[in-house]
Amino acid sequence: MGHQRRRHRVSAIGMVVAAVTALAGCGQGEAGPPNLVWYTNPDSGGQEEIAARCTEAAGGRYTISISVLPREASEQRQQLVRRLAANDSSIDLMSLDPPYIPELAQAGFLAPVPPDVAQRTTEGVVQSAVEGATWDDQLVTIPFWANTQLLWYKKSVAQAAGLDMSRPVTWDQLVEAATSQDTQIAAQGRRAESLVVWLNALIESAGGAVIAQTADRPEDIQLGLESPESQRATEVMREVATSGAVGPAFTTAGEDEGASSFESGAAAFMVNWPFVWPRATSGVEGGTLDQAVVDDYGWALYPQVDEGRPSAPPYGGINIGVGAFSNHTDLAYNAIECITSEENQAYYFTTNGNPASRLAVYEDPAVIEAFPMAPVIAQSLEQAAPRPQTPYYSEVSGSLQRIYHPPTAVAPGTTEPAAAELIRAVLSGEELL
Amino acid sequence: MTTTVPPSVGAAADTPATPPGLSDRVRAERRLGWMLAGPAFAVMLLVTAYPIVQAVYDSLFSYRLTDPGNSSFVGLENYWVVLTDALWWQSFGVTALITVITVAVELVLGFALALVMLKALKGLRPILRAAILLPYAIITVVSAFAWQFAFDLTSGFVNSWFAWVPGISADTDWFGGFGSSLLVICLAEIWKTTPFISLLLLAGLAQVPDVLQEAAQVDGATWWQRMWKVTIPNMKAAIMVALLFRTLDAFRVFDSVFIMTAGANGTETVSFLAYRQTIARLEIGLGSAVSVLLFLSVVLIAFGFIKGFKVDLSQARGEK
Repeated sequence: MGHQRRRHRVSAIGMVVAAVTALAGCGQGEAGPPNLVWYTNPDSGGQEEIAARCTEAAGGRYTISISVLPREASEQRQQLVRRLAANDSSIDLMSLDPPYIPELAQAGFLAPVPPDVAQRTTEGVVQSAVEGATWDDQLVTIPFWANTQLLWYKKSVAQAAGLDMSRPVTWDQLVEAATSQDTQIAAQGRRAESLVVWLNALIESAGGAVIAQTADRPEDIQLGLESPESQRATEVMREVATSGAVGPAFTTAGEDEGASSFESGAAAFMVNWPFVWPRATSGVEGGTLDQAVVDDYGWALYPQVDEGRPSAPPYGGINIGVGAFSNHTDLAYNAIECITSEENQAYYFTTNGNPASRLAVYEDPAVIEAFPMAPVIAQSLEQAAPRPQTPYYSEVSGSLQRIYHPPTAVAPGTTEPAAAELIRAVLSGEELL
Repeated sequence: MTTTVPPSVGAAADTPATPPGLSDRVRAERRLGWMLAGPAFAVMLLVTAYPIVQAVYDSLFSYRLTDPGNSSFVGLENYWVVLTDALWWQSFGVTALITVITVAVELVLGFALALVMLKALKGLRPILRAAILLPYAIITVVSAFAWQFAFDLTSGFVNSWFAWVPGISADTDWFGGFGSSLLVICLAEIWKTTPFISLLLLAGLAQVPDVLQEAAQVDGATWWQRMWKVTIPNMKAAIMVALLFRTLDAFRVFDSVFIMTAGANGTETVSFLAYRQTIARLEIGLGSAVSVLLFLSVVLIAFGFIKGFKVDLSQARGEK
């Protein structure tokens, strides 16, 4: 009995020793070239393909593997921030949503961009994308693709309503047209980031800004919400949401719901990202959508708030950052130059529907064939305004979502001061969110 | 073990007066008890006590995850911020409302299901039990998604199935208002956890001695009288334990709210509030304060049940 037990114990110790050595081997004795891990946002497989292409292009110096983050941008941020706060060295490359970049940069979670790389990767890149990649006058990430919203419309309905779509239209005109044609406008009224995207575009289009002056200390940030421009934005939001020209689930509708109702014909006007185009064309290929529906798709610049003042469409997209705790920052920046090359951006645009940040791509015939609206997207990107740049973006966005939702209940003159007060209280740690 | 002390007599007589004079047998039993329960105790300390202590400690600091350098001791200020905030009290009210509604409905439904399981024909019983228990085996997030898809305006079937009910039409947006959102959240919770409560109640029902039932029947008691005067009083302990466990569980509701409304329309619950401060805002100090307050609420509920209703956990297991 005793003998047997001892033997068991010995073999158990042996197993533990074996396991520990195996683990240690895992960490140290990496055979072959270093592997860079690229944390990507979910897409249609484009980033994985680019990773494979760049692995090949590296000629054995490194390999790139991808690890997919959650669907929502806010959840992607949560995961990355928590890992980086724990000094995670496994994060080499990250696909980052621009509004969260100041937070990561301020916290020192991004490895500095070498000046020569910065120069090469911003040449010929659309201005709003460079601004979105910058914090404190320093380029902290590399622009990869740049997104913007367009106004999508059904040509037949616009014609019936007598709208001249060759010229910029206003929100007022859209509401009027939708009401007269008994159709809907699809916008994002859901309590989520997309509501802030809409609100920010309205405020910027009216000539205002959510944050007038940013500051290092959260309580010193000056807000621009209590201004006539922001009030005008609230007016437009209220007008659209309560016009009766929106869907019954407007206060829970996001981008996907908008695209669905535009495809089904319930909505004839929609503000949305360009992904709706490949979505529709693949619907035709899959037999779920009629070619005639897609033929009726029209596109124009984002609607204006006040006639004559150029609109400031939303800016989005993805920039690539390098983790500050990565063991291979030099290789990572080398990989970024490959990832963001003109060729790969064109590939990503045509296959995944994500517009390039390099302007030259918009002249690529293959891109124009797949995206006839590419010139409008390029123009929209030139006009686009980013969401407020601050390390406390998450708090600002969360506060705006709380006060401006549901958009059917906003009131010009009272909603903006309430939002400003909440943001102020939250930033100075006096209130919950 | 070569002792010859008479087991029971010696131990019983010695123990109260002279603790050091424990018999070998009692000592061995104690040691065995520690060896059996010790690992579990250590694991519990590691995975529950340690995080709780850490949260209490963190809650005394103004500490942001992305700015650890600026962390400072603020004492009880975080608690003051939370307790003076209308949002906390609103979340607390919503949580209490969800708890009361779901637990009350589940108790009635669960009791009925337990009766069905008890009285079902022998051959049917295993199938019936499996069918009733199935929802409980489903992960809460999955069940929340299933209910959300069912009620969703674009993907759901509820609106077209129940279009004949007044007030429901193809355009009813269930997640657009407070009442209807809460209704769906409660339905999902009830569907998912009624099996748990009915399982606990089934155990209680099975404990009611048949002789009592027969005696009452002979005395001419109706079914209803037997239920109220014999069955329920005899399983009071089981009912209380079921209520206690479910109340503690219901008070921490998170998944359904997170998936279905993400806190919109005033449906935020206390655990969701803690999540937002800690995970979304990265304000570890403030979030820990909310978590500690949630923990205290749960402790208070448990304490209230045990003292107020005199719930005896050992009694429920049939030890007395």
